[in-house]
Amino acid sequence: MSITTTSTETNSSQKRFTLGASKMSGNYAARKRKSQIMEGILFLAILLALTPLALILFEVIRRGASAMNIEFLTSVQNISLIREGGGYLNGLVGTLYMVAIASIIAVPLGVATATYVVEYSDSKLVPFIQFFTDVMTGVPSIFVGLFIYTILVQGGGGFSTLAGGLALSLLMIPIIARASEEVIRLVPDDLRNAAYGLGARRWQVVMQIVLPTAGSGLITASMLAVARAAGETAPLLLTALGAFKIVPELLGSPQAALPLIIFNEARGPFEPAHARAWAGALELMLLVLLLTLIARAIGRKTEAAI
Amino acid sequence: MMPNPNSFNNGNLAVEARNMHVYYGNFRAVKDISLKVKRNAITAFIGPSGCGKSTVLRSFNRMNDLVTTARVEGEILYHGNNIYDNDVDPVEIRRRIGMVFQKPNPFPKSIYENVAWGARINGYKGDMDELVESSLRQAALWDEVKDKLNESGYSLSGGQQQRLCIARTVAVKPDIILMDEPTSALDPVATLRIEELIQDLKEKYTIIIVTHNMQQAARASDYTAFFNMDRDRAGYLVEYDRTPDIFTTPQNELTEQYITGRFG
Repeated sequence: MSITTTSTETNSSQKRFTLGASKMSGNYAARKRKSQIMEGILFLAILLALTPLALILFEVIRRGASAMNIEFLTSVQNISLIREGGGYLNGLVGTLYMVAIASIIAVPLGVATATYVVEYSDSKLVPFIQFFTDVMTGVPSIFVGLFIYTILVQGGGGFSTLAGGLALSLLMIPIIARASEEVIRLVPDDLRNAAYGLGARRWQVVMQIVLPTAGSGLITASMLAVARAAGETAPLLLTALGAFKIVPELLGSPQAALPLIIFNEARGPFEPAHARAWAGALELMLLVLLLTLIARAIGRKTEAAI
Repeated sequence: MMPNPNSFNNGNLAVEARNMHVYYGNFRAVKDISLKVKRNAITAFIGPSGCGKSTVLRSFNRMNDLVTTARVEGEILYHGNNIYDNDVDPVEIRRRIGMVFQKPNPFPKSIYENVAWGARINGYKGDMDELVESSLRQAALWDEVKDKLNESGYSLSGGQQQRLCIARTVAVKPDIILMDEPTSALDPVATLRIEELIQDLKEKYTIIIVTHNMQQAARASDYTAFFNMDRDRAGYLVEYDRTPDIFTTPQNELTEQYITGRFG
């Protein structure tokens, strides 16, 4: 079996073909063994990388599910860390509120940045913009919180939903810009040429051909950023601060957020608060999962439409 | 008998290149092209790979402008005006001089939208359904797609996609249609259909077609221009004449060698 394989593999090279069959099969067996060993090492590496992830998921589901109930989902936070009862509804509303604000700001700006970088690549600004988005992606999120804290919270606005949303949007913009850039680059030049060949202007090509073609990828890119923003705690500490009730105001009142409540309840020594924090973690995880599924469905629907 | 290219005058001239050179950066890709294209006729550009025939074709509707390093010297006269004059809008030129590409490249939109899009962005105000139907009929595609206009353009076969691209070009109502090896990605049957279609289209449009396939040039064109690559790697026009003359009594030895398959 191994001999026939080797001879077919090397029959293009007359010189190697004339080498002894036993030697060839020996080489082949050694190469095959080496390949299997390397494959085994790679598999172990994957296992090692996935184990903590699986444990986190398992633990969040196990602990979260036992504390999760209708009351948790439908009532606002219990002021007491010691007593049982109450839920994270205020945090859920706050998180959705701030992520929505952040998305309204960050999605257009991020996609616009990516569009400029790809479609206007003749501009001398492009390398500068790319460098800048790369740097922004690496900025620690607490700095972003500090920045908004200094100019908006201390600047007279106080802690607010808007301050939290702005901080999250600053985190989202570079992620969306970077990921969208890759997606827009994937749109084949054939389509651009076809559109230009019909007498389209650049903005028509970009708005009506390139961006719709990249549509589902842009949604995925945005969702990546939404998932990241929904779980951020640090930038909200200095901008949204936290609240015990549902806050409909955009300005003038501190806002609650799921990660903030989880942080506050998990760091104390009290068991009922810990249980709620686990349920909150599960809720946050499910929220991100749900948003991702919705985005996928929208993406698939737009793909099916074209 | 078709008139000789030298006798084309304002009455039957569609577009004319005069001493045109095209550069990509410092590299001269084609040199000193002078050529008159007759209205309502099919003109084929043939020649070996790299001889610049596609570059010449793309110069006729300023598609080369999209390549940042490309530069054109000389003149291309269209209705007596040089299309490379500073006050000429290249978008306006591309509306009058349409293009069909080597690989079928329909938009990721419905069949209907593929045809309607170009007309719409060009400000077409008439009955869109009618325009879509007549364009698809001109491209000999209507009967195959009339019941599935809302399906994606990608659901069609390669040959159908290329006819959709032709319909899309026709819908903008151009004067001239440039075709850059439109059948090179298609099978022989689909190729023949496109060739038949091109014959019908010349009633209303002037067609310039680049082809690698000499049989195609011989079968489907009225005039043939043979390009070759010089020692400095720049393409130049070797011979241009009525197609039967090129294929039966070529004046240049290189032309004869090329059409008889001795090089290229």
